[in-house]
Amino acid sequence: MKIARRAQAGTMQSSDIMVFAEPGDELIIEIDSTVAKQYEHLIRAKITEVIERMNVTSGIFRIKDRGALDYAIAARVEAVISRAQEQEA
Amino acid sequence: MALNSLGRYVPETFNGIKRTPYNSEALLTPQGNEYSRPVKIVRPGERKLLSGLREAIIASGLKDGMTIATHHHLRNGDFLLNQVVKEIDALGIRNITIASSSVHPVHAEIIPYIKKGVITSLECGVNGPVGEAASKGEIDCPIIVRSHGGRARSMMTGEVVVDVAFVAAPCCDEYGNMNGYFGPSACGSLGYSHVDARYAKTVVAVTDNLVPYPVCPVVIPQTCIDYVVQVESLGDPKKIVSTTTRVTKDPIGLMIAKYAAEVIRASGLLKNGFSFQTGAGGTSLAVADNVRRMMLEEKIKGSFGSGGITGYFVDMLEEGLFQTLLDVQCFDLRAVESISKNMCHQEISADTYANPFNCGAVVNMLDAVILGATEVDVDFNVNVNTESNGYLLHNTGGHTDTAAGAKLAIIVAPSIRGRLPIILDQVTTVTTPGENIDVIVTERGIAVNSKHEDLKKELIKAKIPVKDIHDLRKEITQITGVPRPVEFTDDVIALVEYRDGSIIDSVRRVKE
Repeated sequence: MKIARRAQAGTMQSSDIMVFAEPGDELIIEIDSTVAKQYEHLIRAKITEVIERMNVTSGIFRIKDRGALDYAIAARVEAVISRAQEQEA
Repeated sequence: MALNSLGRYVPETFNGIKRTPYNSEALLTPQGNEYSRPVKIVRPGERKLLSGLREAIIASGLKDGMTIATHHHLRNGDFLLNQVVKEIDALGIRNITIASSSVHPVHAEIIPYIKKGVITSLECGVNGPVGEAASKGEIDCPIIVRSHGGRARSMMTGEVVVDVAFVAAPCCDEYGNMNGYFGPSACGSLGYSHVDARYAKTVVAVTDNLVPYPVCPVVIPQTCIDYVVQVESLGDPKKIVSTTTRVTKDPIGLMIAKYAAEVIRASGLLKNGFSFQTGAGGTSLAVADNVRRMMLEEKIKGSFGSGGITGYFVDMLEEGLFQTLLDVQCFDLRAVESISKNMCHQEISADTYANPFNCGAVVNMLDAVILGATEVDVDFNVNVNTESNGYLLHNTGGHTDTAAGAKLAIIVAPSIRGRLPIILDQVTTVTTPGENIDVIVTERGIAVNSKHEDLKKELIKAKIPVKDIHDLRKEITQITGVPRPVEFTDDVIALVEYRDGSIIDSVRRVKE
C-alpha cells in the first residue's frame, strides 16, 4: 500500500504529535521532536511499527513531536494513513 | 575531580579557586569575621547625584578584573544590567565578573560582551540564554550557581567581594534613600539588594523616579549609598511583575495540589501558628488554595507566609490566616501594592530570609514549603538547574534554603512532562540534596523519604496513595519508555554550590 494523497493528523499541543503524510517513491520518516535527544529511537520504532502493521510500503512522513506518548503516536499515525487513503469525494 | 557525599564528581579547583566537595555528614561552618568594606565619609554640602551611568562607573573606580552586581527584582523586565555592561565596554574596561542575584533571558544581550572579554565570569546562576550558550560551548565563562541564602553568605564571608553594586531603585532621593514600592518600575521588596547595599565596596543607586528628599519609607538607607544616578527607565513594567498569578486549571495540577494539601494536614503541622511558603507557579498556588480552605474550615490562624509573595498570600494575610508576610520578592501587582501600605507585610533581606551563616534565617522557622522540580531521583535529590536536555537554564532561587530550613519540604510535579519522566535513577544535576526533601507528590502517587516512617504511616492512614519511590519510577517509565541519557563532555561550565558554600554538583558542556 502507498500513500495516495497528502494528509495530516494531530496537533502542536504539548504531549501531542503532528504527522504529515504525502506520496513518495520510497518510505521516508523525518522526525523533529522536543525530546529527540532522549526518545527519537522509540518514536521511530513506534511509527515504523504502525506503518508496517498497516502495510504501507512508500510515502513521506514528516513528524513534529511535542513529547507524545506511544499510544498517541500510534493513533496519530494510524489516522494519517487512513486519511491518506480516502477516495476524493 | 573529587567525589562528594552524593556520589557526584566535582572539580577540586574551578576558576582558579580551591573548592570543597559537599559532605552531608560535615556541613561547613562559618570561620572568622564578616567581610568589611572601607569606612567612608560624605561631608556636609557634598552631592551624590551624578549625570549618568558612565559617570557613576568612572566615579566608582571600576577597573579591569573587578566584580559588579545588580538585583533581579525587575526580573525579565530589567534594563539596568545590559546598560551597565554596555557602558563598561564603552569605557574599555575588561575581565569583569558579574555577581548579580540572578540573570534572566532579557540579559541575552550580554552574550556578545562575554565573547568580547568584557565579562569573563559569573558568580551567579542564570535563567535562559546565557546558560544555554555556556552549555553549548558558545561562550567560555565560568558560572557559580548559588541559592538566595548562599549568595548572601558568600558576600558576608567575603568569598565574593562586589566592587561596585548597581541597585535599581524604583523610588529614590538624591542622597540614596530608597524603596521599591512606588514609581513606574515599582517592584515591591528589594530583599536581594540589601546585602549588596551592606557589603559592596561602592554602591550606586540607579533610579527612574527621583523624588524630593527624604524618601519614605526608607528600605535601603542613604548611609550605604555612594552615588545616585537618574536614568530614563529601569525596566519594562509589563515584565517586572505579573499582573496576576493564577491557580492552575489543569486537572493534573489540581490533583497534585489536593494531595499536597492532604500531606500537610496529615503531617500535623496545620495548626495555629502554621507558617508556609509556596512559589508562584499554578500548582503551588493551587496548594495554597487548598490549604487556605482547610485553615478557614478549621479556624486555624497561621503565623507567617514567606518568600516570593503573590496576591494569593496577600489575600490570606487580609483574611487573617497569617499574622505577617515576610517578603524578599514580590511576584505580582497585588503583592507590590500590599507591601507599600500594609504594616504586616514586611520586607526582608536575602540574609534574613535564607542565609545559613547568621543567627538564624526565616527559613529555619518555616513549617511547610511547596517546591517544584525539573527532575527528582530515587534518592530524593532534586534538579531545578538543568533541563533534561542538559542545558543550564534555571537558577536555584530559595529552593535549597527553604528545603533545608522547613520542617516539611514537599516537591510537587507532574509524573510526566512532554514524555519525560519526572523520577529518575539519578538526576542530571543535584540542586537540592535528597536529605532535605521529605515528600514528592505526583498525580500517580506520593513518595515519602524513608527518614519519615511516622509521616508515611499517617499518610497511609489518611488514605493518601503512598508508593515506594522505586515503584513509582518504574510505573512512570513503563509509560514513557526509558530515555536515552544526554551525553556530556568533560568540560565543567558551572558549579552548583550548596548553601554552606560546598560544591554539590558540577554542570558539564553538552555533547551536541
